[in-house]
Parts: sequence; structure tokens; C-alpha cells
Amino acid sequence: MTHPGEAASGAEKKREQDGDPTQTGSGDGPSRVAATGGAAAAVAAPSELTPSGGSALQGGKLVTFLFLAPAMLLLAVLVLYPILYTATRSLFSAEGFTEFVGLGNYVEMFRADVAPGAGNTLLWTVGAALVVAVLVMGAAAGTGRASWATAGKTMIIAPLAAALIAGVFVLEGQSSTFTAIKNNIIWVIVAPAAVTALGLIFAVLTERVRWSTAFKVVVFMPMAISFLAAGVTFKMVYDQNPDRGVANAVAVGVHDTFADPTPYPGARGRPPEQLEGTDATPVKASADVGLESAEAVTPGTPVKMALVGLTPKKVPDTAGTAAASPSGAGLSGVVWLDFVPGSKGENGAVDSNEKGLPGITVEAVRDGKVVDTTQTDASGQFSFPKLTSGSYTVRLPASNFAEAYSGIDWLGPSLATAAIIISYIWIWAGFAMVLIAAGLAAIPRDALEAARVDGATEWQVFQRVTIPLVRPVLVVVFVTLMINVLKIFDLVFVIPPEGPSQESATVIALEMWRVSFGPGGGADQGVGSALAVLLFLVVVPAMLFNIRRFRKEQS
Amino acid sequence: MSATSAQPSADSAQPPPEPIQPAEDLASQAMGAPKRGLAYRIVSRLGGGIVQVLLVLVAMFWLMPTFGLFIASLRPSQESAGSGWWTATWEFITSLSASAAAFSFDNYVSILANDRIVGSLWNTVLISVPATLLVVLISAGAAYAFAWMEFPGRDWLFLIVVGLIVVPIQVGLIPDAQVFRVLGVFGTVTAAILFHVAFGLPFAVFLLRNFFIGIPRDLLEAARMDGGKEFTIFRKVVLPLGWPAIASLAIFQFLWVWNDLLVAQVFTGAESAPITVTLREQMREFGSSLDVIAPGVFLSMIVPLAVFFAFQRYFVQGVLAGSVK
Repeated sequence: MTHPGEAASGAEKKREQDGDPTQTGSGDGPSRVAATGGAAAAVAAPSELTPSGGSALQGGKLVTFLFLAPAMLLLAVLVLYPILYTATRSLFSAEGFTEFVGLGNYVEMFRADVAPGAGNTLLWTVGAALVVAVLVMGAAAGTGRASWATAGKTMIIAPLAAALIAGVFVLEGQSSTFTAIKNNIIWVIVAPAAVTALGLIFAVLTERVRWSTAFKVVVFMPMAISFLAAGVTFKMVYDQNPDRGVANAVAVGVHDTFADPTPYPGARGRPPEQLEGTDATPVKASADVGLESAEAVTPGTPVKMALVGLTPKKVPDTAGTAAASPSGAGLSGVVWLDFVPGSKGENGAVDSNEKGLPGITVEAVRDGKVVDTTQTDASGQFSFPKLTSGSYTVRLPASNFAEAYSGIDWLGPSLATAAIIISYIWIWAGFAMVLIAAGLAAIPRDALEAARVDGATEWQVFQRVTIPLVRPVLVVVFVTLMINVLKIFDLVFVIPPEGPSQESATVIALEMWRVSFGPGGGADQGVGSALAVLLFLVVVPAMLFNIRRFRKEQS
Repeated sequence: MSATSAQPSADSAQPPPEPIQPAEDLASQAMGAPKRGLAYRIVSRLGGGIVQVLLVLVAMFWLMPTFGLFIASLRPSQESAGSGWWTATWEFITSLSASAAAFSFDNYVSILANDRIVGSLWNTVLISVPATLLVVLISAGAAYAFAWMEFPGRDWLFLIVVGLIVVPIQVGLIPDAQVFRVLGVFGTVTAAILFHVAFGLPFAVFLLRNFFIGIPRDLLEAARMDGGKEFTIFRKVVLPLGWPAIASLAIFQFLWVWNDLLVAQVFTGAESAPITVTLREQMREFGSSLDVIAPGVFLSMIVPLAVFFAFQRYFVQGVLAGSVK
């Protein structure tokens, strides 16, 4: 469960602002699960009744003080003072308040971990510009609809932001802070939109279903458990081993449905020196193409290819005893496993308890071109009836022996962020669904009926009536998720394995922890404070937005 | 439900004016069974069926990760390493015997004998219960003052509180570690409690103040007329009336603290670490040995899930009470 603060405060205000009818609907049957998500918002609704802010009852100064003091004291010491402290601390080095470095830490955090020196000026210029841009945007958002802000937003900030985002993506990987900012940008773009869309779809679909409450409970449940629990759960889903991770079990299953599974991964020819004195054909591995007969073979002389490097388990049950004297029209031979555990057979000879390898693709090659293709039968025999003369190379293509497909590296550096976002969606879709469902339930039936009577199709009703009416709720959900996503920490901390994966999936909040407290980053609280300030600046627009809303409401 | 809600659209789906119909047809239409809507109804029934199937699939998809972890928590680790939980579940379903699928509560038994796990579960309780009670108490007092008392700077102070709602906890980590060191509580549950209370307050005050302000003025004045002191009014009028908001606040705060990892990781020590921190450490030590992690995670989930299911109903009543007033 994440902090409900932003969620409900935003929702609550939005409702009051827009006269959103959600509150009346929150208690309706379908939104019983509104419980955790909607309740905070709905509970605060009565303030509408006395919009001017309660006028005071009489109360002695001492009494007032006693009521207020504990909260104010805690807020001042543990929240307000830290903001100032962190801002100041970010101007001093890791040593402490003894060494003033100015904006050095803000430069430092953008400095390349990889290649110090050359590109640094560019790096921190972009970094510093980023901080400034965030500040300007925050100020613009805070001052509201003042004309310069509106103009500035479109004229200056939009292209600037676009350029900076582009810059971040170019410089990504240069320093962990850039990687973190890039990932935060990805999160903000993808996660809130995905969760809101999914929540809307679920809310609409469950409207007409009898057991919608059960469905909502199921989807909403992940909100109650910790990010750690959700993280562990998804770590298991994404496990690389297809026998443990269900994601890869599905991936391998799908892959093997469309592509034949590799029959004999890792098999190779028995080394030629072990074949001396036998009539087996030496087999060499040639790069890229697979296994080939080391010498030219001709029709009439059976080609006996002795393979090893395979556990007998891999030999299918259908395999019969290898054909000791393969016969067949044209060029023919046998491919068998020249090995039986626990019995000392003769190397290079087809012993009576050795199995043929069925289903191997065999190619006949002449002058570097494949002239015919066949497959071995149950006893490992193959033949090319059409090839009755000439000399050939027999090739067993690499596809027979490639390592088995082991699925997708979900938590590897390239996919980790996407995989974590999926787990985030799993957690938060219920929140969006419940709030949006409450909004839908509150839409006046008359509006929908009127549209239907006018001949609108269901889709048109949805698009032109439903969506505009729930838009305020959608905005609230979206904004709430955006703020939440900016501060995302636990999932990124828990799900990807430490090392390259976590480094490639890192976010600002995680970097802040790692640099200040983590085992890998040492304890540079100067840079840590700078990162905390960056995180704070990112949410400043939301803060000013909240305050502005509140003031407007009060006046 | 799907049938009834489809009715009106069945009528409007075909806008052209209907030809004059015999009386019995009109009657049947009034009964909600229009003749012309039959095709549409079949389609919408079918559509409804597809929607139901889709929702069942989604629900299964949503349950799957947790279910898989639960199954893993019942299996010895060598079993978990060898075959998927789906295989084990299938074995269980086909044989209907827990032993055939190698399910047992042994992992839970051994984890409950593990002092570290049990101790940290207890720490979680020690942190989340006081943190919840304190937030509720302190914020209720402040919220009452902001709602119904006159004092200089009230509006400004409240604006600051509103502004503090979104402050990321990261801003407080470094300085508050310092503060707690000075107070001598760093590395104890007290540090975690204080931090959670402080950062939980802005939202709590905001929520309760907005609720308290809706309490009818007459009620408070009547209580005053009867000679009630502020504390008495607070206790006898405000708290009972504000109960729905207080209850949901308490539940939010409780879940938030119970599930927290970051704050505890920074402020608690080895002796005072809650279950989330301990499990995270076990993950680092034992890698992916699910026989320790999976039951531990499930133990840590029991309380939040119980709270979630137990108070759902209560919540709805609170919501109703709130919106009716």
C-alpha cells in the first residue's frame, strides 16, 4: 500500500471543484470495494456543506495550543526542517558541513561514472539545465493561468522539455542519474496512462456483470499487500528458469509450439582419435553449419556417425536400437549415441544396447551446396535414394544441436523496467478501477437514456456522454498515479537482481537511497541530498497545484 | 443485469420509426420484450458472455502471481526448483492428495521457529500500531483546531500542511536520521514510528479537517451551551461524528506503515527491523530459495489482507454516512 495522501487529496479536491457526482455514487452496490481507494475521497466530501471554512467556536489560547502543538511540532522538526536541511546539505560535500561545494553535488551526480573527463561538461550542462527546467515548470504550474505562464509553457518549456528529454535519452547510461531520470520519464509516460486505461476498461466491463464485486475484490487486493510482497511475487513470475517462472514457461511453450524444440542440444561427434580402427565416419564440428563428416563419403559405404555429449535422457522413448549395419538405397548411414551409461561399449562401433537418434535432419552436401535433405528414422538410419553416385559431405545442421530456447530474460538490463512496470500495473489497476467505477455509477441515467433515445449507438454514448462525464475522475486518477510513479522505489529495489539489471532500471528515489545509505554507493550524503532535492523539485508542481486548488476553493 | 441494461439500447438501436404494430406487440414491448430487438438481444447476450469470459480470464490472471507464490510456499525448495507450481497444482488436482504434490506446511513451521522472522513480525506490529494510533490522535486534535478554532495564521498554517502532503519521504531521510541520532532513538522502532507519524500527518490533518468542518455547527454550539469544555466536545461530539473518516484514515495509515520498506530500512537496526526489511535481507542472503521467502512473504501479507477484507464493509458504511450527511 502506498501512501494514500496524494490520491485522496487530489481526488477529493477535484470532486469539489467539478461538482463531480462521485460522492453520491461511492456507496452504491457496485463500488463496495471503493473501500480503500475511494473512501478517503468520499469521506472528505462533507466539507462541501460549509465551503467557507468553519467559523470558530470560542476556545482559549492554551486549549488551541494544546490541540495544535503535537502536530505542528512533529511537522516542524521532522518534515519542514529536513526540507531546509536537505537543501542546505546538498551544497556541501560528502565530508559534511565543513566543505562547501556550492552546486558541485548537482554537477557530481550527472558526472559520468563510466568515462570521466571528456564529455563531462556536456553532461552536467544538460543535467543543470534539467534542474532549472524543472524549477521553471514548477513555478509556471504554481503561478497558474497567468498569461506569461501559459505562453511560456507552449513557447519555451515544451520544446525545452522535449530537447532535454531527448538529451537524457542520448546521455542515458553515461551516469546513473541520467539512467534514473530516463527511467522516471519512461515510468511517467507509460504507467499512469496504462493503469488509468485498464482501470477504465475494467470499470466499464464490470458495470453489466453480476459478480462485479468479486472481480473488483480480486483486482483490488494487490493494493493491500506490500510492494515487497508484490515484488517477490513478480520476481518469481519472471524467473529465468521456465520450470519456476510462469512468464518463461509460457514463452517457452509458445516458442516450442511454433518452432520445433531442439531435439539434441549440445551433442557432438566422438573425437576422431577415439575412432581409429573402426569403420565409423569421423565427424567434425564446423562453425555455423553444424556437424559434418570429416571426409568425403560415397554411396555404397554406410556413413556411421557416432555422437556423444548427450545424456541418454535426451534420447526420445521412440528411439530404437541403432542399426548396426545400415542399409538403404543410395547414400545412407546411421546416426547414433555412441554411449551407454554404466556399460563399456566399443567406441565407434554400434553396440547392441546403443540407441539410434531419430528425427535428426541430415543434409547431403556436394561442392558446398545442399543437394538433398532427409531425416533419421527410429533406429537412427537415413538414406538418400536419389544419390547413387559421386562423393558427398554429410551434414547434420546446427539446428539439431542448438541449446534449447530458455525463454526471455525478463529481468535482464533491457527488459527490467518494462517488467517492473507490469507489476506496478498489477498493483494499481484496482485503484483506478474502483475510483472510475464510482464515477461511472454516479452518471445520471437520464443523460445516457437521452443519448440513446436520440439514436446514438452504445459506442457513441460511451464516447460522447460517458467519457466526458467521468473525465474529472480520470484526471484525478492519472495525476495521482503520476505523483506516485515519480517516487517509485520499492519495486525497482526488490524485483531486478542487483547488478546490471538494477542499474539499468534504476530511478531517482533508488539512486537517492543507494548514494546516501546503500552498500554500493558508499555514503555520500551531499550527492544524496542533491538527489532528494531533485525528487522534491519534481513534485513541486503537484504541491503548488494542491495549494492553488485549495485556496481557490476557500475564497 | 446484462439483459435488463441491454433493453433500452435494443429499442434505440434501430432508429427508423416502427411500423404500426398490433396491440399485443405493443404490450410485449412494454413488458420489456420487443420483437425487433431479438437479434440485438442475442448479440448482446453473446457479447455479455464474451465479457464474462474475459473478466474471468483477467481475474485468473490477477490471482495467478499470488497463487503461484502460495503454492511455492507449500513445497520443499528442491521441488520448487525442479518443476513449476502449475505442475504441482495439476498433480494435486488430479490426485487430490497433498502428499502426492509434496504440499505441506513444513516451510511455515520452520519459519515460525526462526527467531529472526518471528521477532521482526513482532517489530512490524510494534511499529505500525503506535504509528497508526499516534497519527489518528494527533491529527484529529490538529484537524479540530483547524476546523473549529480561531487563531492567528490559521489559514497560512493550513496551506503549509496542504503543501506538505506530497513531500517525498526521501527529503526527510538524511536529516531525520541526524535528528534521531541526537535524540538517541536511531536504530529503534521509535525512530520509525516518529518518522511515519510525521510524514503521515499532513494528509491526515487535511482529511480530518475537511470532514470535521462538515459537522453541523448547531451540534457543537449546543454542546458548548451545555457547558462542555473543548476537550469534552472533542471527545464526545467530534470524535464519534468523525468516526467514519477516522476509521478509514487509521486503516490507510496502518497498511502504509505495515507495508513500508524504505523508512524501516533506513531507521531501524538489526534488533528492531520489521518483517519487510528482514525478508529483503533474507532474499539477499539466500537468493531465490523460495522455501524461506515465500512463506515469509505470506506471513507478512496475512494482516494486511485481513484488514482489507474485514473492513471493506465498514468502509462502505463510513462512505455512506459521509455522503448522506
